[in-house]
Amino acid sequence: MTLTFFWIFGAIAMGSALLCITRKNPIACALWLVVTLFALAALFVLLDAQFIAALQVLVYAGAIMVLFLFVIMLLNLGRPGPSDIKGPLGLGVAVLLGAALLFLLQPMTRTTLRSAITLPPGSVPALQQEQGIVGSVANPLFGAYLIPFEIASVLLLAAIVGAVVLAKRKL
Amino acid sequence: MLLSPALAISAVLFTLGVAGVLFRRNAIVIFMCVELMLNAVNLTFVALAQSLGLGGQVFVFFVMAVAAAEAAVGLAIILAVYRHKQSVSLQNMNLLKDG
Repeated sequence: MTLTFFWIFGAIAMGSALLCITRKNPIACALWLVVTLFALAALFVLLDAQFIAALQVLVYAGAIMVLFLFVIMLLNLGRPGPSDIKGPLGLGVAVLLGAALLFLLQPMTRTTLRSAITLPPGSVPALQQEQGIVGSVANPLFGAYLIPFEIASVLLLAAIVGAVVLAKRKL
Repeated sequence: MLLSPALAISAVLFTLGVAGVLFRRNAIVIFMCVELMLNAVNLTFVALAQSLGLGGQVFVFFVMAVAAAEAAVGLAIILAVYRHKQSVSLQNMNLLKDG
């Protein structure tokens, strides 16, 4: 049952990603990417990552995609015009390289994890029962990964300052 | 076990993102394809976190922070380029090209 739902949402994600990269209109691209992000959030729920799924909807489908749509509409790129998809040669090269990459990534699906490094089955849901779904992510985040967390906050501050400096006409 | 399907879906999504970067010319659409690639990697992290511990989910958190920073700075750069060139097509961004 879970596997069926997993493949359904996976098919939605892959199909809308394909539509996203082939639509001519940038607004259509952005909206199909939102569909992909929602389907990925559903996959995260099925993979016992409910908190990450909520973050995916809030941060990606909410904040980041609104930023993209805002810029597309600010620059008035939604109007019909010549297609930005490359000609037959560029398209052929892209498809060829994509097929080569897929061939190289395909052994990844046969991954088997050695039992010496894996947690016993069912231990992640047990941990989430014990510490809460948010708590089980927050404990490593504010413990073992505290310094990366602080560095991420500095990175976001630098990004805010950089975006203002780049986008403002005159400081 | 959902590991193999998740890795397969993630491989397909990553490939679609790479193909999009290769055959589009619109800078904003290329940015969206980069987001697609980041999301494919996030799916891998979450799938492996199921059997290797919740550190993978913490990494997805960091990937999202970096993606937000990248989107903000990247779109600001696109705005600045648009002001000079009146276009977001990568064909017109050839200032460093010889001749």
